Amino acid sequence: MELLFFYIFAAVILGSAVMMVTRRNMVHAVVWMVITFIGVASLYILLEAEFLAAVQILVYTGGIVVLFLFVIMLVNLGDIYQVEWLHRQWLPALLLALLLVTEIGFMVWVGAQDVPAAPEQSEAILRGLGGNVETLGMALYTDFLLPFEVASMLLLVAMIGAIYLAKKRV
Amino acid sequence: MGTLGLNHCLLLSALLFGIGAIGVLTRRNIIMVLMCLELMFNAANINLVAVARFRPDLTGQVFTVFTIAVAAAEVAIGLGLVISMFRNSRTVNIDEIHLLKG
Repeated sequence: MELLFFYIFAAVILGSAVMMVTRRNMVHAVVWMVITFIGVASLYILLEAEFLAAVQILVYTGGIVVLFLFVIMLVNLGDIYQVEWLHRQWLPALLLALLLVTEIGFMVWVGAQDVPAAPEQSEAILRGLGGNVETLGMALYTDFLLPFEVASMLLLVAMIGAIYLAKKRV
Repeated sequence: MGTLGLNHCLLLSALLFGIGAIGVLTRRNIIMVLMCLELMFNAANINLVAVARFRPDLTGQVFTVFTIAVAAAEVAIGLGLVISMFRNSRTVNIDEIHLLKG
């Protein structure tokens, strides 16, 4: 049953990702990107990461996609179907990317023997403490407190930088 | 039908990463390049969450939280750059952006 749902979500993710990469109209590509992100969120629920599924929906489909849409509307490109949409070196680039996929796939296939079987009780630590959110919050605010603060600092710096870059006169 | 294993997720993430890489390397529009970059971020996140699921350890999920924060920062900066670049040269085509080319 789990595997069946995995295949359904994988088909949604990969299909919409391919559609997204091949769309010439950027707004269509953004809509396909939303479907990819929702598929990834469903996969997170399947992998028992409920908090991250919620964060994925909130941050990606709620924040990042809206940001992309704003910029696409702001940068009015006129008739997109008239311009060439792939650059000149697209064939070597495609071959290189396919080589990369083959390489990663080969490594996963070679390493398949070393992967231990999935533990029956997937998150043994988790079950003892409560839900996924509680455990994750506990880890974030105890063991990973410094990285957490650094991440908040990074977001502040990124916000200031984005405002500075997009300002009219600097 | 077998059970869901780590390898399923790793292969899915490899394929998603590859699709994102193809997009980054072949598209001319810089906004599309940034969007395909998001696909590659998501592929890495799937890896981390899958490893957190199949080991009795939650560190992968914690790291994914940080990855999502970095992705949000990256998109904000990237789109800010796109806007300022479009204001200066009226193009989002990466082939036509060669100010530093001698």
